[in-house]
Amino acid sequence: MTDQPYNFAYLDEQTKRMIRRAILKGLAIPGYQVPFASREMPMPYGWGTGGVQVSAAVLTPSDRFKVIDQGADDTTNAVSIRNFFRRTAGIEVTTKTTDATVIQTRHRVPETALHAGQVLVYQVPIPEPLRFLEPRETETRKMHALEDYGLMHVKLYEDISRHGHIATAYAYPVKVEGRYVMDPSPIPKFDNPKVSDCPAIQLFGAGREQRIYALPPYTRVVSLDFEDHPFEASKADHPCGLCGAEDSYLDEVITDDAGGRMFVCSDTDFCETRQAAGHRGKDAA
Amino acid sequence: MSEHTQPLLSVRDIAKRYGSHIGCTDVSFDLYPGEVMGIVGESGSGKSTLLNCMAGHLTPDNGQVIFDTRADGPRDTVTMSEPERRMLARTDWAFVHQHARDGLRMGVSAGGNVGERLMAVGARHYGDIRDKATDWLDRVEIAPDRIDDRPATFSGGMQQRLQIARNLVTGPRLVFMDEPTGGLDVSVQARLLDLLRGLVRDMGLSAIIVTHDLAVVRLLADRLMVMKSGHVVEQGLTDQVLDDPQHGYTQLLVSSVLQV
Repeated sequence: MTDQPYNFAYLDEQTKRMIRRAILKGLAIPGYQVPFASREMPMPYGWGTGGVQVSAAVLTPSDRFKVIDQGADDTTNAVSIRNFFRRTAGIEVTTKTTDATVIQTRHRVPETALHAGQVLVYQVPIPEPLRFLEPRETETRKMHALEDYGLMHVKLYEDISRHGHIATAYAYPVKVEGRYVMDPSPIPKFDNPKVSDCPAIQLFGAGREQRIYALPPYTRVVSLDFEDHPFEASKADHPCGLCGAEDSYLDEVITDDAGGRMFVCSDTDFCETRQAAGHRGKDAA
Repeated sequence: MSEHTQPLLSVRDIAKRYGSHIGCTDVSFDLYPGEVMGIVGESGSGKSTLLNCMAGHLTPDNGQVIFDTRADGPRDTVTMSEPERRMLARTDWAFVHQHARDGLRMGVSAGGNVGERLMAVGARHYGDIRDKATDWLDRVEIAPDRIDDRPATFSGGMQQRLQIARNLVTGPRLVFMDEPTGGLDVSVQARLLDLLRGLVRDMGLSAIIVTHDLAVVRLLADRLMVMKSGHVVEQGLTDQVLDDPQHGYTQLLVSSVLQV
């Protein structure tokens, strides 16, 4: 049931139009951060205001919507954003990755391969990959414009000199189609290869920073690295405790105060689908 | 000098005004490969304005700065596009700031500071970058085991030497220096000058050094330009200008130096 006082998907049509224009521009220039007039949303900054606005702008009444937070469909943030759109847009919601047409995500790319026709919306806290190296916005914009990206490798150099390897494990910088350096949002670097050459449309929304950027389907996205320290999509070296998957990204869960722990898939839908198909891990009840 | 008929840098009628106030005006000179030019003058005489105009940090109101680029021969850097000018600034040019803090990234290790220019021009092999950084730290007399320390833990003299290493690592042909020895005590100054003189001679660098310290130009510069109130009042060979000053201001400047 749609709550009548609200327009479809909460935002008014003029705002959605403005956001769609930013999205189209972002798709036309993959990896380029398009400024947009971010609106006040009924949730705090840092909870996904950018992602929610992008979702509101792309949702249609026939869409099926899924929200994940760190891979999980059942965390507070995911549940409340899903309810928000069910109430304000009256659309169908789902937890199945394969059934969803629009997926809003925080910090993960679903394990199940996405297909053409799907839209993946990322929540982005800080869209500027150069921000921690160069605090001035005027300067970082100029650096993007002039492809002056030496500084990005300085960050990776510092990682290796301090830790012996590239220790950046999330928000790992990527280069889009050989042009823009982009922050893929704080997804683990394990997910970086999935961002490249993906059949789905990927949209990134940063509400507080008022930026939208996008990757059209089948965009080449390369993780930055050194020749003698190549990029490596790392994960915990265990199988999932519940479904036994060897190739999914894992969360470490502390189970008692005596050092007990287990590793489980962070993507709950992926794990449940596998368990339903009869796969069992060593910790499965 | 006979084979180098082409000047590396030709400055023609450079002028920069700040409103009605004159920064510098009517400055013209040629700098040939391997030559070191000193610019002296009192505070506010337009030395730094001139240097910044030549290095592309300021846009002059008038005039040309023609640099003999490797690829395309002589080009006017004032009318050049910003990407081209930035490319020059990180390959063929170097700029040594008076305060090392302005020229270094204080939050990045010494090795990272030296490596930045290499990575900016496309070096993507960590081992090679590190070897080159180690080599350059050694050349500016910084112990190789300090490579992973941040410049904040370095003394003033070491910071200045690190800044020089960071600038020279890509093998530039022209170095701009803005009071490279300012703010250092005399013994450190002497070592730095010694080092600079060695590097300039070994690498065959051309340099433009702005300073108010006559001892610095006496040691480093082949030619000297004296500025006052935005105008060049006298120029010539360093020894000639310092030993036989013609202009009243130069005479004052030379006689102001305390003879120890």
